[in-house]
Amino acid sequence: MLELRALSFHRGGQAVLDGIDLSIGAGEFVGLLGPNGAGKTTLLRAALGLLPARGHSSLARLSARERARAAAYMPQGREIAWPMPVEALVALGRIAHPHSAGATDRAAIERAIAALHLDPLRHRRATELSGGEQARTLIARALAQETPLLIADEPIAGLDPAAQIDAMRLFRRLAGQGHAVLASLHDLGLAARHCTRLILLHQGRIAADGPPQAVLTAANLARVFGITAHLAQGPGGILFQPLDTIEGEDR
Amino acid sequence: MTGPRYPLLMAALSTLVAALFLASLLTGPAGIGPGESLAALFRGGDDLLALVMRELRLPRAILGLLVGAALGMAGAVLQGFLRNPLAEPGLIGTSASAALGAVLAIQTGLSAAFPLGLPLAALAGAALSVLLVLMLAGPRGGTLALILAGIAISALAGAATSLVLNLSPNPFAINEIVFWIMGSLADRSMLHVWIAAPFMGLGFVLIWPMRRALNALTLGEDAAASSGVHLGRLRLMLVAGIAALIGGATAVAGTVGFVGLVVPHVLRRAVGASPARLVPAAALGGAAVVLAADIAVRLIAPGRDLKLGVLTALVGAPFFLHLILKTRREGL
Repeated sequence: MLELRALSFHRGGQAVLDGIDLSIGAGEFVGLLGPNGAGKTTLLRAALGLLPARGHSSLARLSARERARAAAYMPQGREIAWPMPVEALVALGRIAHPHSAGATDRAAIERAIAALHLDPLRHRRATELSGGEQARTLIARALAQETPLLIADEPIAGLDPAAQIDAMRLFRRLAGQGHAVLASLHDLGLAARHCTRLILLHQGRIAADGPPQAVLTAANLARVFGITAHLAQGPGGILFQPLDTIEGEDR
Repeated sequence: MTGPRYPLLMAALSTLVAALFLASLLTGPAGIGPGESLAALFRGGDDLLALVMRELRLPRAILGLLVGAALGMAGAVLQGFLRNPLAEPGLIGTSASAALGAVLAIQTGLSAAFPLGLPLAALAGAALSVLLVLMLAGPRGGTLALILAGIAISALAGAATSLVLNLSPNPFAINEIVFWIMGSLADRSMLHVWIAAPFMGLGFVLIWPMRRALNALTLGEDAAASSGVHLGRLRLMLVAGIAALIGGATAVAGTVGFVGLVVPHVLRRAVGASPARLVPAAALGGAAVVLAADIAVRLIAPGRDLKLGVLTALVGAPFFLHLILKTRREGL
């Protein structure tokens, strides 16, 4: 689905991404974690070829059209320029499939609207919705693109707890259906519980990569985030609760 | 998406444009009945009435239609592309540069020596401004770079126009320039139609296939690029298309402002805010507005040659202020 080799990106002489090697296959829901400025957004954009990065990315090599059928992307900036109805906005996901039949398009749009519980909002103007509702609309837009890989930059930021869990379950379900999802996340607890794999990004490099229990270790949390946390095995996965910051640590 | 509303809107706009086109044909100082006028138009022959209809009224009505459609469409495209409801074709410097080209033609006497001199100079100005904008904004330049480049070129072209006026030793040339800048459709011939139409046709052909991409841009450049839009190509096609539309319109009508700003804004809600649907709707709306304004200048001050551009600016500028206040209230 996605293959990155030695992907690097420099901004102002500084390496924002430094030799990223990464491979994501079908069935994976990968959570991309890291503190602010670790390079998460840059990694996602470089992987898509939206930034002129050095190194190899299987997506960046494709033409814009082929890429749009291989991967959908939900950017971090929740930009909605015009007061379009929610339904029309979700339909924008179908622009990636200019030759698909109208019925196929409609079905995809309906699936996406149902998956994000947007039916009560479908005729509302997207610009007049709350931030969380807008985020759900934009997730639905990316979903309607119906690509093997879904890349989302902080998709659940600003959602209420129920909507966050719903979205994480949705991504996990997509992975279960043979898709792959790569999402940058800040909520480590939700990431630990729902992702099949976590990637910890630190200063433009991959600090850890593997199943949640292997990545969310006390040592990694201290080194990358500068926090201590309570980690426990609970019913249905890891329980994670951040406790304190570590002072005077060289992060 | 919004049911039958969109086809209905397009049908209503088309009817309005057709009615205004007819009204434009029938409005003039000659004071002849409508039946007689239309009969003369189709009868042919060389009597005075047929000449008035064929050589004066018909080109004026056609140009009103074309110029209005070009201005409305260019405004809709530019607003969609820049995702800014305050954008106007003048913004990327095309109008000002086209005007500068025309002013230079008048000043150097090119327009007097050679009837096509003025329109060709306006087109050259528009084309040059587009090349400059593309050079300044760069192949990967973002929206902000494009706007800034446009502002710089507008300012430069405006200053150059002022310089020409400032240094002009010939008061008649100044007079002519000032009147031309005001924008008008009076005393145009079929020759003007043949000059403008190909460029507007080219602009239309360049812009029409880009409508879906304009929709994708609603969610920003990254989202559009990841839905398969080739941003560099889109930018090239749109800027060239807008230049062709505005260059053609400015060449034959001078500067007619605010149509490209007001029309897309008024029609936006009616098309469900879709930038793609706004393109044809704004073309029809622009044609209706310019045809109506051109009829109004003939009715308000017959014999005084009230300029079309003056009227659109008088109506449009307060609307622009209203828009700014509204945008501020909505906290955009």
